[in-house]
Amino acid sequence: MLDTKTNSAPKVGLFVTCLVDLFRPSVGFAAVKLLEDAGCVVEVPPAQTCCGQPAYNSGDREDTRAIARNTIEAFEGYDYIVAPSGSCAGMLKKHYPLLFKGEAIEQQAVEFSNKVHELVSFLVDVIGVKSVSARHEGSVTYHDSCSGLRELRIRSQPRALLSSVEGLEIREMKEADVCCGFGGTFCVKYPDISNAIVGKKTQNIRESGADTLLAGDLGCLMNMAGKLQREGSGMKVRHVAEVLAGMDDTPPIGGGRN
Amino acid sequence: MQITSPSFKENSRGALADAQLQKALGNVRAGFIDKRLKAVEALPEFDLLRDNARAIKDHVLAHLDLYLEAYEKKVTESGGHVHWAETAEDARRIVLDICRKANARTVTKGKSMITEEIGLNDFLEAEGIRPVETDLGEYIIQLRGEHPSHIIAPAVHLNKEQVEADFRRVHKHLAEGRDLSEPESLLGEARSVLRSEYFAADVGITGANFLVAETGTSIIVTNEGNGDLTQILPRVHIVMASLEKIVPTLDDASQILRVLARSATGQDMSVYTTLSTGPRRPGDPDGPEEYHVVLLDNGRSSMLGTEFQEMLRCIRCGACMNHCPVYHAVGGHAYGWVYPGPMGAVLTPSLIGVDKAGHLPNASTFCGRCEEVCPMRIPLPKMMRHWREREFERGLNPATQRYGLGLWAFFAKRPRLYRLASSLGIPVLSLLGGGKRRFRYLPLAGGWTKYRDLPAPEGRTFMQQWRDGGASVRARVA
Repeated sequence: MLDTKTNSAPKVGLFVTCLVDLFRPSVGFAAVKLLEDAGCVVEVPPAQTCCGQPAYNSGDREDTRAIARNTIEAFEGYDYIVAPSGSCAGMLKKHYPLLFKGEAIEQQAVEFSNKVHELVSFLVDVIGVKSVSARHEGSVTYHDSCSGLRELRIRSQPRALLSSVEGLEIREMKEADVCCGFGGTFCVKYPDISNAIVGKKTQNIRESGADTLLAGDLGCLMNMAGKLQREGSGMKVRHVAEVLAGMDDTPPIGGGRN
Repeated sequence: MQITSPSFKENSRGALADAQLQKALGNVRAGFIDKRLKAVEALPEFDLLRDNARAIKDHVLAHLDLYLEAYEKKVTESGGHVHWAETAEDARRIVLDICRKANARTVTKGKSMITEEIGLNDFLEAEGIRPVETDLGEYIIQLRGEHPSHIIAPAVHLNKEQVEADFRRVHKHLAEGRDLSEPESLLGEARSVLRSEYFAADVGITGANFLVAETGTSIIVTNEGNGDLTQILPRVHIVMASLEKIVPTLDDASQILRVLARSATGQDMSVYTTLSTGPRRPGDPDGPEEYHVVLLDNGRSSMLGTEFQEMLRCIRCGACMNHCPVYHAVGGHAYGWVYPGPMGAVLTPSLIGVDKAGHLPNASTFCGRCEEVCPMRIPLPKMMRHWREREFERGLNPATQRYGLGLWAFFAKRPRLYRLASSLGIPVLSLLGGGKRRFRYLPLAGGWTKYRDLPAPEGRTFMQQWRDGGASVRARVA
């Protein structure tokens, strides 16, 4: 399964992402398990915080650059940098080099970005994982988060691995590729519009008939989970890595006593 | 027209509460997206055509002065007149002068967004000249005293029952009991009313989809044929075009035409593609006696050489707004000026100032669907972000946002402090989530909890558990 020329296990630096670190560590542990099962050695550089998107998308370029420099330095020496989020991986991979155009650090940023991958596409496209040994009784519907879909072309990879999970049935929702209305700070800057968008999304989710909603980005998942719960839906919401790693014994996102 | 972009938030709340509008917006989702996809999938070379289209416009923008001069020379050679309008005011005055010389009382108009941009209709009316819109959608909104809510489907915010009511209100000379229940009957009635206007008009004003430098030709595309009648029947034809409409050759125009209609409506071609070059020549069966082109700048040349130059590739197909979740939610009027959706979010701040249009580039989730479907491959989200940078530099965003962001960035730049703060705060927040493991309300998170619950943190942060865990972490993983 490994493709390294040296025959040694690839050394992966896990970019945990701030939301997983703070809100849902389970996703981080699921990512570690999936990577280790695929033969990688996983380390978690302690000097990481956030990819910088809140600053970047608010027009604060200087703070973004400072955060990006920290991140690039923190992840020196790894074969790969993997994040359980298409949005954060997209930021590291596609946007970091643009922040340092024409500067001495640009080459370093490009080399860094070449090593960055989103978790599930890394497993499938880079390592060549074709199936996982996990079991999940029930039906799931998968939301394609925007950055992963459009910046990193993640669409078939999670579905391929999910179809190898025993007992799991995929029920596609309508407009799975349409934004959920999260958009980072957008959802608090324009709550009324965000609500209209996520309301359409949860309708499509419920109409899929699945009992569990999966996606690859915790921001989108928290938005959709929060809306479903406000609507009184009993839909369970999880990060796709939790199901692929067979670690679905924790309570779902925002799920507790009603 | 009055600019309401600064009150985008209030506009959008009104739009979300407008049941008629919400019903009509459902048609945008259903109508445009599938048709475009089908047309694109039927053309294997579509992406190649997009690359060519982009290259053509990039080349033009790099040599805009040369092509504009070449175009002017050709128009003059064919007996037409080119007028250069630096501002909206200049353009209005030029049009008025031409109309006055022609003793014009009625002016028919083909669809033209830049006449909206310069507020031409109100201006002409105030000068005693009656403008008559001939595009069905434009005609409808003119009757209602409204402005377009979409750049190619100006009345897309309306339902047919509303149009029927307007026609009954305005077309008083027609039988009261007539059947107007179908779109076809509405179209038929508009046609018959407009027919006499075409013949009465002294001047016809059209927009332009392309200006061709090698021939001095202007090209318009329509589906109703109204543009043809507008420019052929009156004695004087005025073409209103902005600078960036120029292409070098007819071949270039036809390449871009192949992506235009497919992206806009999913048609292979619009029903009418009309070329006009100068006034009627001796022996021509029809055509105007005078042919004028008003070339409008109105701020566009100041976009050249900036990070917004690529916006000038735009061919006004509307695909970006047709695919935009924010446009789907609030419609075009909420954007508060002429150009809505993602292209408006980039163009409007360039033309009226980011201090007025600051909301527009912020009201995007950066989902990227606009860039994905743009036939000219304009990086719309990137340019919206550039506007946010300009706003941030000038301190135009609200103070609460700036303080919140500043506080967050202070920690995000200092991993040790960040780690300390999060390892103290997150477990507390987790406990506060209680047995439900989520919040229905949380101070400072009102924007979120107004409409959704906020999932509570699971417990200790990942980094805490990873650092302390060792064996226990491994045990969990296993």
